[in-house]
Amino acid sequence: MIIYIILLLFLLLLMIGTAIYSIVQRDLLYAVIGTGVISLILSILFLFLQAPDVALTEAAIGVALTTIVFIITIRNTVRFEEEPKRPSKPASK
Amino acid sequence: MKKILVLSLLAVFGVYLLEVLFKIDFGHQFFLHGVKDFYLTTSPDKMGVANVVTAIVVNFRGFDTLGEVTVLFLATTAMSSILYKGRHQLGERAVLFSSSRIVMTGSKLLFPAIILLGAYVFIHGHLTPGGGFQGGVIIATGFLLMLLSYEDYKVSHVALSLVESLAGITFASVGLLGFLNGGTFLQNFLPTGGLNNLISGGVIPIIYIAVGFKVGAELTGLIYTALNEKD
Amino acid sequence: MEFKLFDLSIVEYAFFITAVLIILIGLYGALVKKTLIKIVIGLSVLDAGINLLLISVGYVKSGTAPIFSPALIKDMPLTLENIKKLSEGMVDPVPQALVLTAIVIGFGVTAVALSLVIRLYRHHHTLNIDEIKNLKW
Repeated sequence: MIIYIILLLFLLLLMIGTAIYSIVQRDLLYAVIGTGVISLILSILFLFLQAPDVALTEAAIGVALTTIVFIITIRNTVRFEEEPKRPSKPASK
Repeated sequence: MKKILVLSLLAVFGVYLLEVLFKIDFGHQFFLHGVKDFYLTTSPDKMGVANVVTAIVVNFRGFDTLGEVTVLFLATTAMSSILYKGRHQLGERAVLFSSSRIVMTGSKLLFPAIILLGAYVFIHGHLTPGGGFQGGVIIATGFLLMLLSYEDYKVSHVALSLVESLAGITFASVGLLGFLNGGTFLQNFLPTGGLNNLISGGVIPIIYIAVGFKVGAELTGLIYTALNEKD
Repeated sequence: MEFKLFDLSIVEYAFFITAVLIILIGLYGALVKKTLIKIVIGLSVLDAGINLLLISVGYVKSGTAPIFSPALIKDMPLTLENIKKLSEGMVDPVPQALVLTAIVIGFGVTAVALSLVIRLYRHHHTLNIDEIKNLKW
Protein backbone atom coordinates (compact mmCIF):
# COMPACT_ATOMS: atom_id res chain seq x y z
CA MET A 1 0.00 0.00 0.00
CA ILE A 2 2.87 2.39 0.73
CA ILE A 3 4.04 2.02 -2.85
CA TYR A 4 0.80 3.62 -4.06
CA ILE A 5 1.34 6.63 -1.80
CA ILE A 6 4.92 7.04 -3.00
CA LEU A 7 3.73 6.83 -6.61
CA LEU A 8 1.00 9.37 -5.90
CA LEU A 9 3.33 11.88 -4.27
CA PHE A 10 5.85 11.37 -7.07
CA LEU A 11 3.17 12.10 -9.66
CA LEU A 12 2.04 15.24 -7.85
CA LEU A 13 5.62 16.52 -7.55
CA LEU A 14 6.29 15.69 -11.19
CA MET A 15 3.18 17.60 -12.20
CA ILE A 16 4.28 20.74 -10.32
CA GLY A 17 7.76 20.43 -11.78
CA THR A 18 6.45 20.06 -15.32
CA ALA A 19 4.16 23.07 -14.86
CA ILE A 20 7.11 25.23 -13.76
CA TYR A 21 9.21 23.87 -16.63
CA SER A 22 6.61 24.66 -19.26
CA ILE A 23 6.28 28.22 -17.96
CA VAL A 24 9.99 29.05 -17.74
CA GLN A 25 11.18 27.22 -20.88
CA ARG A 26 12.03 29.63 -23.69
CA ASP A 27 11.71 27.06 -26.45
CA LEU A 28 7.96 27.03 -27.01
CA LEU A 29 7.91 23.54 -28.53
CA TYR A 30 9.35 22.04 -25.33
CA ALA A 31 6.86 24.05 -23.27
CA VAL A 32 3.97 22.63 -25.29
CA ILE A 33 5.24 19.08 -24.78
CA GLY A 34 5.32 19.98 -21.07
CA THR A 35 1.62 20.80 -21.12
CA GLY A 36 0.99 17.44 -22.77
CA VAL A 37 2.84 15.73 -19.93
CA ILE A 38 0.74 17.69 -17.41
CA SER A 39 -2.42 16.40 -19.07
CA LEU A 40 -1.12 12.83 -19.02
CA ILE A 41 -0.32 12.97 -15.29
CA LEU A 42 -3.67 14.66 -14.65
CA SER A 43 -5.44 11.79 -16.37
CA ILE A 44 -3.67 9.25 -14.11
CA LEU A 45 -4.65 11.33 -11.06
CA PHE A 46 -8.28 11.38 -12.19
CA LEU A 47 -8.14 7.60 -12.27
CA PHE A 48 -6.82 7.61 -8.69
CA LEU A 49 -9.68 9.90 -7.68
CA GLN A 50 -12.26 7.46 -9.10
CA ALA A 51 -13.29 9.55 -12.09
CA PRO A 52 -12.78 7.27 -15.14
CA ASP A 53 -15.02 9.33 -17.46
CA VAL A 54 -13.00 12.47 -16.90
CA ALA A 55 -9.73 10.53 -17.22
CA LEU A 56 -10.73 9.31 -20.69
CA THR A 57 -11.65 12.81 -21.82
CA GLU A 58 -8.51 14.41 -20.45
CA ALA A 59 -6.27 11.75 -21.99
CA ALA A 60 -7.79 12.14 -25.45
CA ILE A 61 -8.18 15.93 -25.53
CA GLY A 62 -5.26 17.16 -23.45
CA VAL A 63 -2.60 14.85 -24.80
CA ALA A 64 -3.54 14.60 -28.47
CA LEU A 65 -5.68 17.47 -29.68
CA THR A 66 -4.47 20.44 -27.61
CA THR A 67 -0.84 19.55 -28.28
CA ILE A 68 -1.33 19.29 -32.03
CA VAL A 69 -3.17 22.63 -32.22
CA PHE A 70 -0.33 24.28 -30.27
CA ILE A 71 2.29 22.69 -32.52
CA ILE A 72 0.50 23.90 -35.66
CA THR A 73 0.42 27.42 -34.19
CA ILE A 74 4.13 27.30 -33.38
CA ARG A 75 4.87 26.11 -36.90
CA ASN A 76 2.96 29.06 -38.33
CA THR A 77 4.49 31.67 -36.01
CA VAL A 78 7.75 31.60 -34.07
CA ARG A 79 9.38 28.81 -32.12
CA PHE A 80 11.42 30.76 -29.58
CA GLU A 81 10.23 33.19 -26.99
CA GLU A 82 12.01 36.52 -27.29
CA GLU A 83 14.49 37.65 -24.67
CA PRO A 84 12.96 40.03 -22.17
CA LYS A 85 16.02 42.28 -21.73
CA ARG A 86 16.14 43.20 -25.41
CA PRO A 87 16.19 47.00 -25.99
CA SER A 88 12.67 47.68 -27.16
CA LYS A 89 12.59 49.23 -30.57
CA PRO A 90 9.54 51.16 -31.72
CA ALA A 91 7.01 49.07 -33.60
CA SER A 92 7.63 49.22 -37.31
CA LYS A 93 4.91 51.20 -38.89
CA MET B 1 8.34 45.64 -10.38
CA LYS B 2 5.42 44.04 -12.14
CA LYS B 3 6.71 40.61 -11.17
CA ILE B 4 6.74 41.54 -7.47
CA LEU B 5 3.20 42.88 -7.74
CA VAL B 6 1.99 39.73 -9.48
CA LEU B 7 3.77 37.43 -7.04
CA SER B 8 2.31 39.16 -3.99
CA LEU B 9 -1.14 39.09 -5.55
CA LEU B 10 -0.80 35.38 -6.27
CA ALA B 11 0.49 34.69 -2.74
CA VAL B 12 -2.55 36.38 -1.18
CA PHE B 13 -4.88 34.54 -3.55
CA GLY B 14 -3.24 31.18 -2.84
CA VAL B 15 -3.24 31.60 0.93
CA TYR B 16 -6.91 32.46 1.05
CA LEU B 17 -7.86 29.69 -1.38
CA LEU B 18 -5.94 27.12 0.67
CA GLU B 19 -7.48 28.38 3.91
CA VAL B 20 -10.95 27.80 2.53
CA LEU B 21 -9.98 24.40 1.13
CA PHE B 22 -8.44 23.21 4.41
CA LYS B 23 -11.75 23.84 6.15
CA ILE B 24 -13.45 21.25 3.93
CA ASP B 25 -11.40 18.15 4.62
CA PHE B 26 -10.25 16.02 1.73
CA GLY B 27 -12.75 13.22 1.14
CA HIS B 28 -14.72 14.15 4.21
CA GLN B 29 -18.18 12.97 5.20
CA PHE B 30 -19.35 16.51 4.55
CA PHE B 31 -19.96 15.49 0.98
CA LEU B 32 -21.66 12.22 1.86
CA HIS B 33 -25.10 13.76 1.66
CA GLY B 34 -26.39 16.33 -0.70
CA VAL B 35 -27.67 16.49 -4.21
CA LYS B 36 -25.57 13.46 -5.08
CA ASP B 37 -27.98 11.19 -3.16
CA PHE B 38 -30.82 12.10 -5.47
CA TYR B 39 -28.76 11.52 -8.60
CA LEU B 40 -27.23 8.28 -7.36
CA THR B 41 -30.56 6.73 -6.40
CA THR B 42 -32.75 8.04 -9.22
CA SER B 43 -30.39 7.12 -12.02
CA PRO B 44 -30.29 3.30 -11.62
CA ASP B 45 -33.73 3.06 -10.05
CA LYS B 46 -35.99 5.03 -12.37
CA MET B 47 -33.90 5.59 -15.50
CA GLY B 48 -32.06 2.29 -15.81
CA VAL B 49 -28.65 3.89 -16.44
CA ALA B 50 -25.63 2.29 -14.80
CA ASN B 51 -23.20 5.17 -15.33
CA VAL B 52 -24.45 8.05 -13.22
CA VAL B 53 -22.19 10.64 -14.87
CA THR B 54 -23.84 9.85 -18.21
CA ALA B 55 -27.28 10.25 -16.65
CA ILE B 56 -26.32 13.67 -15.29
CA VAL B 57 -24.69 14.88 -18.49
CA VAL B 58 -27.40 13.70 -20.88
CA ASN B 59 -30.61 13.83 -18.90
CA PHE B 60 -30.48 15.95 -15.75
CA ARG B 61 -28.38 18.59 -17.44
CA GLY B 62 -29.21 17.70 -21.02
CA PHE B 63 -30.02 21.26 -21.97
CA ASP B 64 -26.53 22.25 -20.83
CA THR B 65 -25.06 19.55 -23.08
CA LEU B 66 -27.02 20.91 -26.03
CA GLY B 67 -25.45 24.29 -25.30
CA GLU B 68 -22.03 22.67 -25.02
CA VAL B 69 -22.14 21.07 -28.46
CA THR B 70 -23.35 24.43 -29.78
CA VAL B 71 -20.31 26.10 -28.22
CA LEU B 72 -18.05 23.54 -29.92
CA PHE B 73 -19.78 24.22 -33.24
CA LEU B 74 -19.26 27.96 -32.69
CA ALA B 75 -15.57 27.36 -31.91
CA THR B 76 -15.13 25.48 -35.18
CA THR B 77 -16.95 28.18 -37.12
CA ALA B 78 -15.04 30.99 -35.43
CA MET B 79 -11.71 29.29 -36.05
CA SER B 80 -12.36 28.80 -39.76
CA SER B 81 -13.67 32.35 -40.15
CA ILE B 82 -10.71 33.87 -38.28
CA LEU B 83 -8.26 31.90 -40.42
CA TYR B 84 -10.24 32.72 -43.55
CA LYS B 85 -8.46 32.63 -46.86
CA GLY B 86 -9.85 32.96 -50.34
CA ARG B 87 -10.39 29.78 -52.25
CA HIS B 88 -7.65 30.66 -54.73
CA GLN B 89 -5.14 31.30 -51.94
CA LEU B 90 -5.61 27.86 -50.43
CA GLY B 91 -2.22 26.24 -50.78
CA GLU B 92 -0.86 22.87 -49.85
CA ARG B 93 -1.52 21.50 -46.40
CA ALA B 94 1.20 22.07 -43.84
CA VAL B 95 3.25 18.91 -43.54
CA LEU B 96 4.63 18.55 -40.02
CA PHE B 97 6.98 15.76 -41.02
CA SER B 98 7.38 13.58 -44.07
CA SER B 99 6.33 10.09 -43.15
CA SER B 100 8.02 6.86 -44.11
CA ARG B 101 6.35 3.77 -45.52
CA ILE B 102 6.24 2.12 -42.08
CA VAL B 103 4.32 5.04 -40.60
CA MET B 104 1.89 5.11 -43.52
CA THR B 105 1.16 1.37 -43.44
CA GLY B 106 0.94 1.31 -39.66
CA SER B 107 -1.50 4.18 -39.49
CA LYS B 108 -3.63 2.63 -42.23
CA LEU B 109 -3.81 -0.52 -40.11
CA LEU B 110 -4.53 1.37 -36.90
CA PHE B 111 -7.20 3.70 -38.29
CA PRO B 112 -10.16 1.24 -38.36
CA ALA B 113 -9.26 0.01 -34.88
CA ILE B 114 -9.30 3.58 -33.51
CA ILE B 115 -12.67 4.29 -35.17
CA LEU B 116 -14.02 1.03 -33.72
CA LEU B 117 -12.79 1.97 -30.24
CA GLY B 118 -14.45 5.37 -30.50
CA ALA B 119 -17.74 3.83 -31.63
CA TYR B 120 -17.56 1.30 -28.78
CA VAL B 121 -16.93 4.03 -26.25
CA PHE B 122 -19.92 6.11 -27.25
CA ILE B 123 -22.33 3.23 -27.82
CA HIS B 124 -21.60 1.84 -24.34
CA GLY B 125 -21.67 5.28 -22.73
CA HIS B 126 -24.49 4.39 -20.35
CA LEU B 127 -22.85 1.17 -19.15
CA THR B 128 -19.11 1.78 -18.88
CA PRO B 129 -16.91 4.87 -18.46
CA GLY B 130 -17.08 6.87 -21.65
CA GLY B 131 -19.70 8.48 -23.76
CA GLY B 132 -20.30 10.79 -26.66
CA PHE B 133 -17.61 13.32 -25.91
CA GLN B 134 -14.88 10.75 -25.29
CA GLY B 135 -15.86 8.63 -28.30
CA GLY B 136 -16.06 11.65 -30.57
CA VAL B 137 -12.63 12.82 -29.47
CA ILE B 138 -11.16 9.35 -30.06
CA ILE B 139 -12.62 9.33 -33.60
CA ALA B 140 -11.14 12.78 -34.24
CA THR B 141 -7.77 11.44 -33.04
CA GLY B 142 -7.99 8.68 -35.62
CA PHE B 143 -8.58 11.22 -38.39
CA LEU B 144 -5.68 13.26 -37.00
CA LEU B 145 -3.40 10.23 -37.36
CA MET B 146 -4.42 9.79 -41.00
CA LEU B 147 -4.04 13.51 -41.74
CA LEU B 148 -0.56 13.55 -40.22
CA SER B 149 0.76 10.47 -41.97
CA TYR B 150 -0.75 10.96 -45.45
CA GLU B 151 0.04 14.26 -47.09
CA ASP B 152 -2.81 14.01 -49.59
CA TYR B 153 -5.49 12.66 -47.26
CA LYS B 154 -8.63 14.77 -47.61
CA VAL B 155 -11.72 15.02 -45.44
CA SER B 156 -14.90 16.05 -47.21
CA HIS B 157 -16.34 19.22 -45.70
CA VAL B 158 -19.76 18.37 -47.11
CA ALA B 159 -19.84 15.00 -45.35
CA LEU B 160 -18.64 16.56 -42.09
CA SER B 161 -21.31 19.26 -42.09
CA LEU B 162 -23.97 16.70 -43.09
CA VAL B 163 -23.08 14.36 -40.21
CA GLU B 164 -22.92 17.25 -37.79
CA SER B 165 -26.27 18.73 -38.83
CA LEU B 166 -28.04 15.37 -38.76
CA ALA B 167 -26.67 14.60 -35.29
CA GLY B 168 -27.72 18.01 -34.01
CA ILE B 169 -31.21 17.61 -35.49
CA THR B 170 -31.49 14.18 -33.85
CA PHE B 171 -30.54 15.60 -30.45
CA ALA B 172 -32.98 18.50 -30.67
CA SER B 173 -35.86 16.45 -32.06
CA VAL B 174 -35.50 13.70 -29.44
CA GLY B 175 -35.59 16.48 -26.87
CA LEU B 176 -38.68 18.01 -28.45
CA LEU B 177 -40.45 14.62 -28.57
CA GLY B 178 -40.31 14.73 -24.78
CA PHE B 179 -42.65 17.71 -24.97
CA LEU B 180 -45.19 15.70 -26.92
CA ASN B 181 -45.04 12.64 -24.68
CA GLY B 182 -44.04 13.62 -21.19
CA GLY B 183 -44.12 17.32 -20.64
CA THR B 184 -40.55 18.66 -20.42
CA PHE B 185 -37.63 18.97 -22.80
CA LEU B 186 -35.54 15.77 -23.01
CA GLN B 187 -37.97 13.79 -20.88
CA ASN B 188 -37.70 10.04 -21.34
CA PHE B 189 -40.55 8.48 -23.33
CA LEU B 190 -39.10 5.07 -24.19
CA PRO B 191 -39.15 1.99 -21.91
CA THR B 192 -36.09 1.97 -19.68
CA GLY B 193 -35.23 -1.73 -19.78
CA GLY B 194 -33.05 -3.58 -17.30
CA LEU B 195 -29.97 -2.15 -15.66
CA ASN B 196 -26.70 -3.03 -17.42
CA ASN B 197 -28.32 -4.16 -20.66
CA LEU B 198 -27.15 -2.61 -23.89
CA ILE B 199 -30.70 -1.61 -24.82
CA SER B 200 -31.61 0.31 -21.72
CA GLY B 201 -31.92 3.83 -20.45
CA GLY B 202 -34.61 5.04 -22.86
CA VAL B 203 -33.47 8.01 -24.93
CA ILE B 204 -30.03 8.35 -23.31
CA PRO B 205 -28.09 6.02 -25.70
CA ILE B 206 -29.73 7.69 -28.73
CA ILE B 207 -28.72 11.15 -27.56
CA TYR B 208 -25.20 10.11 -26.63
CA ILE B 209 -24.64 8.42 -30.01
CA ALA B 210 -25.80 11.64 -31.69
CA VAL B 211 -23.42 13.65 -29.47
CA GLY B 212 -20.60 11.28 -30.40
CA PHE B 213 -21.12 11.81 -34.13
CA LYS B 214 -21.46 15.56 -33.66
CA VAL B 215 -18.33 15.97 -31.53
CA GLY B 216 -16.32 13.72 -33.84
CA ALA B 217 -17.33 15.71 -36.93
CA GLU B 218 -16.75 19.07 -35.23
CA LEU B 219 -13.29 18.24 -33.89
CA THR B 220 -12.22 16.65 -37.18
CA GLY B 221 -13.26 19.81 -38.97
CA LEU B 222 -11.37 21.92 -36.45
CA ILE B 223 -8.15 19.92 -36.88
CA TYR B 224 -8.52 19.97 -40.64
CA THR B 225 -8.91 23.75 -40.62
CA ALA B 226 -5.84 24.14 -38.42
CA LEU B 227 -3.72 21.78 -40.52
CA ASN B 228 -4.64 23.61 -43.72
CA GLU B 229 -3.15 26.76 -42.25
CA LYS B 230 0.11 27.65 -43.99
CA ASP B 231 1.73 30.91 -44.83
CA MET C 1 -13.03 -3.65 -1.52
CA GLU C 2 -10.87 -2.36 1.34
CA PHE C 3 -8.77 0.07 -0.61
CA LYS C 4 -7.83 2.71 1.92
CA LEU C 5 -5.29 4.67 -0.04
CA PHE C 6 -5.86 8.07 1.47
CA ASP C 7 -5.75 7.19 5.17
CA LEU C 8 -2.31 8.65 5.76
CA SER C 9 -2.35 12.30 6.69
CA ILE C 10 0.44 13.18 4.22
CA VAL C 11 -1.79 12.73 1.23
CA GLU C 12 -4.80 14.32 2.91
CA TYR C 13 -4.03 17.76 1.56
CA ALA C 14 -1.50 16.93 -1.14
CA PHE C 15 -4.15 17.13 -3.87
CA PHE C 16 -5.41 20.53 -2.71
CA ILE C 17 -1.92 21.98 -2.39
CA THR C 18 -0.89 20.67 -5.80
CA ALA C 19 -4.03 21.98 -7.47
CA VAL C 20 -3.64 25.44 -5.93
CA LEU C 21 0.07 25.55 -6.83
CA ILE C 22 -0.69 24.66 -10.43
CA ILE C 23 -3.43 27.30 -10.61
CA LEU C 24 -0.94 29.88 -9.29
CA ILE C 25 1.80 28.81 -11.73
CA GLY C 26 -0.63 29.08 -14.64
CA LEU C 27 -1.83 32.50 -13.51
CA TYR C 28 1.76 33.69 -13.14
CA GLY C 29 2.53 32.59 -16.68
CA ALA C 30 -0.57 34.28 -18.06
CA LEU C 31 0.13 37.54 -16.21
CA VAL C 32 3.89 37.98 -16.52
CA LYS C 33 4.94 36.47 -19.84
CA LYS C 34 5.18 38.62 -22.95
CA THR C 35 4.77 36.08 -25.72
CA LEU C 36 1.20 35.38 -26.77
CA ILE C 37 1.67 31.61 -27.09
CA LYS C 38 3.16 31.55 -23.59
CA ILE C 39 0.05 33.30 -22.28
CA VAL C 40 -2.17 30.64 -23.87
CA ILE C 41 0.07 27.92 -22.37
CA GLY C 42 -0.39 29.57 -18.96
CA LEU C 43 -4.16 29.54 -19.39
CA SER C 44 -4.01 25.86 -20.34
CA VAL C 45 -2.03 25.04 -17.18
CA LEU C 46 -4.54 27.05 -15.13
CA ASP C 47 -7.34 24.98 -16.67
CA ALA C 48 -5.64 21.73 -15.62
CA GLY C 49 -5.26 22.97 -12.04
CA ILE C 50 -8.90 23.98 -11.76
CA ASN C 51 -10.06 20.61 -13.09
CA LEU C 52 -7.91 18.76 -10.54
CA LEU C 53 -9.25 20.99 -7.74
CA LEU C 54 -12.90 20.34 -8.66
CA ILE C 55 -12.46 16.58 -8.91
CA SER C 56 -10.58 16.33 -5.62
CA VAL C 57 -13.27 18.36 -3.83
CA GLY C 58 -15.82 15.75 -4.91
CA TYR C 59 -13.83 12.78 -3.64
CA VAL C 60 -15.18 10.61 -0.81
CA LYS C 61 -12.78 8.52 1.26
CA SER C 62 -12.45 4.94 -0.06
CA GLY C 63 -15.25 5.60 -2.50
CA THR C 64 -15.84 3.87 -5.80
CA ALA C 65 -16.56 5.34 -9.22
CA PRO C 66 -20.24 6.27 -9.66
CA ILE C 67 -21.04 3.32 -11.94
CA PHE C 68 -23.43 0.53 -10.97
CA SER C 69 -21.47 -2.15 -12.77
CA PRO C 70 -22.34 -5.88 -12.54
CA ALA C 71 -19.19 -6.48 -10.50
CA LEU C 72 -20.39 -4.01 -7.89
CA ILE C 73 -24.01 -5.18 -7.74
CA LYS C 74 -23.17 -8.92 -7.80
CA ASP C 75 -26.40 -10.82 -7.18
CA MET C 76 -28.09 -8.24 -5.03
CA PRO C 77 -31.76 -7.59 -5.85
CA LEU C 78 -32.10 -4.00 -7.01
CA THR C 79 -34.38 -2.60 -4.38
CA LEU C 80 -34.24 1.03 -3.35
CA GLU C 81 -32.57 0.17 -0.04
CA ASN C 82 -29.78 -1.74 -1.77
CA ILE C 83 -29.18 1.11 -4.20
CA LYS C 84 -29.01 3.57 -1.31
CA LYS C 85 -26.55 1.32 0.50
CA LEU C 86 -24.35 1.07 -2.59
CA SER C 87 -24.50 4.78 -3.27
CA GLU C 88 -23.18 5.58 0.22
CA GLY C 89 -19.72 4.49 -0.89
CA MET C 90 -19.58 6.37 -4.16
CA VAL C 91 -17.81 9.60 -5.02
CA ASP C 92 -19.76 12.69 -5.99
CA PRO C 93 -20.77 12.49 -9.68
CA VAL C 94 -21.74 16.16 -10.04
CA PRO C 95 -18.20 17.65 -10.22
CA GLN C 96 -17.24 14.89 -12.65
CA ALA C 97 -20.02 15.87 -15.05
CA LEU C 98 -19.03 19.51 -14.61
CA VAL C 99 -15.35 18.86 -15.37
CA LEU C 100 -16.29 16.70 -18.37
CA THR C 101 -18.01 19.76 -19.81
CA ALA C 102 -15.18 22.08 -18.80
CA ILE C 103 -12.43 20.06 -20.52
CA VAL C 104 -14.23 19.98 -23.87
CA ILE C 105 -15.12 23.68 -23.72
CA GLY C 106 -11.53 24.47 -22.68
CA PHE C 107 -10.24 22.83 -25.83
CA GLY C 108 -12.60 24.94 -27.96
CA VAL C 109 -11.45 28.11 -26.19
CA THR C 110 -7.78 27.18 -26.68
CA ALA C 111 -8.32 26.53 -30.40
CA VAL C 112 -10.04 29.89 -30.94
CA ALA C 113 -7.34 31.72 -28.94
CA LEU C 114 -4.57 30.10 -30.98
CA SER C 115 -6.25 30.99 -34.27
CA LEU C 116 -6.40 34.59 -33.04
CA VAL C 117 -2.67 34.34 -32.26
CA ILE C 118 -1.96 33.19 -35.83
CA ARG C 119 -4.05 36.05 -37.19
CA LEU C 120 -2.21 38.61 -35.02
CA TYR C 121 1.14 37.24 -36.10
CA ARG C 122 0.16 37.53 -39.74
CA HIS C 123 -0.78 41.15 -39.23
CA HIS C 124 2.02 42.38 -36.93
CA HIS C 125 4.83 39.85 -37.62
CA THR C 126 5.61 39.60 -33.92
CA LEU C 127 4.17 37.83 -30.89
CA ASN C 128 5.51 40.22 -28.27
CA ILE C 129 2.59 42.01 -26.67
CA ASP C 130 4.73 45.09 -25.99
CA GLU C 131 5.02 45.68 -29.70
CA ILE C 132 1.39 45.04 -30.50
CA LYS C 133 -0.62 48.10 -29.64
CA ASN C 134 -3.58 48.03 -27.27
CA LEU C 135 -2.56 44.80 -25.59
CA LYS C 136 -0.43 46.26 -22.76
CA TRP C 137 -1.50 46.35 -19.16
